[in-house]
Amino acid sequence: MRIMLNSEADAPTVLAATDVSFAYGPETVLDRVNLAVHRGEFAALAGPNGAGKSTLLRILLGLLAPQSGSVEVFGVAPRDLRDRWRVGYVPQRPRIASDLPATVEEVVATGRLPKQGWWRRRRADDREAVDHALHSVALTEHRKKRLTELSGGQQQRALIARALAADPQLLVLDEPIAGVDVDSQRLFRDSLVHLLQEHQTAVLLVSHELGAVADDLDRVIVLKHHVMFDGPPAELAATGVSLGVHRDDLPLWLEELA
Amino acid sequence: MGGLPGMPWALPWPFDRTYMQLALLAAVVVGATAPLIGVFLVQKGLSLLGDGIGHVAVAGIGASLLLDTSPTWTALAVAVAAALVIEFLRTRGSATGDLALALVFYGGIAAGVVLASRSATNTNLQPYLFGSILTATADDVWTVLALGAVIVLAIGITGRALLAVVLDEDSARVAGIPARTLNVMLAVLTAVTVVMAMRIVGVLLIAALMVLPVATSRLLARSFRGTLLGAVGVGIVSSVFGLFAARQWALAAGGAIVLVAAALFALASIIAGARRAGAQADSLLAGPH
Repeated sequence: MRIMLNSEADAPTVLAATDVSFAYGPETVLDRVNLAVHRGEFAALAGPNGAGKSTLLRILLGLLAPQSGSVEVFGVAPRDLRDRWRVGYVPQRPRIASDLPATVEEVVATGRLPKQGWWRRRRADDREAVDHALHSVALTEHRKKRLTELSGGQQQRALIARALAADPQLLVLDEPIAGVDVDSQRLFRDSLVHLLQEHQTAVLLVSHELGAVADDLDRVIVLKHHVMFDGPPAELAATGVSLGVHRDDLPLWLEELA
Repeated sequence: MGGLPGMPWALPWPFDRTYMQLALLAAVVVGATAPLIGVFLVQKGLSLLGDGIGHVAVAGIGASLLLDTSPTWTALAVAVAAALVIEFLRTRGSATGDLALALVFYGGIAAGVVLASRSATNTNLQPYLFGSILTATADDVWTVLALGAVIVLAIGITGRALLAVVLDEDSARVAGIPARTLNVMLAVLTAVTVVMAMRIVGVLLIAALMVLPVATSRLLARSFRGTLLGAVGVGIVSSVFGLFAARQWALAAGGAIVLVAAALFALASIIAGARRAGAQADSLLAGPH
């Protein structure tokens, strides 16, 4: 089932990488990577561990500068983007301070800061946005609990709510499905589908396992230091192997493609 | 009576004398503001930063004895400079963590001792190492109030953003929060806290007042806000009861304040343990449905 029926080419580009290269010393991690994500598009960046996904993600978010090539987010370099609320970022769960004494609501509210202004107090519309974000990931009843009291899947949803609290136009998720229970995967998929349909939010999901969302994707970009495949998942499936069946790595056929 | 001029009411023993009232005021401000900084330091794994900057502040005191400048402002300048150097080393990673910091810290205290020994005056470092709150003057207390106000104001404005930074710095940066600037500000505020508190509890014990109340309240609080306010409460209670004990039994005030804070931590640990045991018993009794 495809969610978006409109052609990606018609929609404006929200995120683009042009000839992005990066090396750690002599080891080339990214070699002239090109990709684009359009408004309302659900794209996945897939590839085996060590393929450069994390490095590319950091470059796309402006956390790391490419050694050559360029990135544009909403038409400007990530560092020059003024309306930071337009980009929502869901990091890998283990990156979050695990012993922080903060409630789910407090964590989600930090996601509202780019919209409200980080030095400003929360106003009524900010509180509403936080309520709405909590509701959209079905965590309203857990809002007063410590983040660390929740299950892994619930914590992941809390981080998604945090990213949604600023009503972003591009949502970037890093390994959001890893180690998440089935119920949470379903809720996760449903809230993404809702975002895509109702808000025309572009979603870029970075993962080595696409199981829960494989059927909903508009595009899969397979990365192994350079872009090896970029197209609808149906075409990828036509090569005979579906993504998501291998937990740890991409299957062998990718090696053959290389 | 001998109370503070302008004090609208007479305080009961042991706070009936002017020097005790000055001490109380200063100790309450320090007890309330040190944990405001500490709560973020603890979360960043920098619990000992206050201790380290305290060591360096000693060099500032030593220099002020030699140069005959104000101990407070000289120590503040040196402590802020040290905070900036430490933050630079920490983020650039040019010297990995604790070894570089140890060099800064022990270099600081050694310089302080040497500078003090060279000074013409015979004032020694002891009031700053261990605090001498009972000899605090009205000017000292004004300094504490001013620096305390700086801390409250800074955390009031940046607290929400600092929470985002300690939660996950990458996400904060993506969200446009100036994480690096805030980290530098936090290091500078740590230096301000150390200098504010050095006459009260002494540089050797100031880190305890930043960290212990936070460790105590996070055992019992659910929320970050609760942790913050609880830590402030624990800091104030420690200061008041520590001073009380100091007058009652003629103890060193700084040490007594920190010992009360440590006792409160022990008490909170017992309560938290009992709560956990209770919750486990409840879930066992409730059983699966």
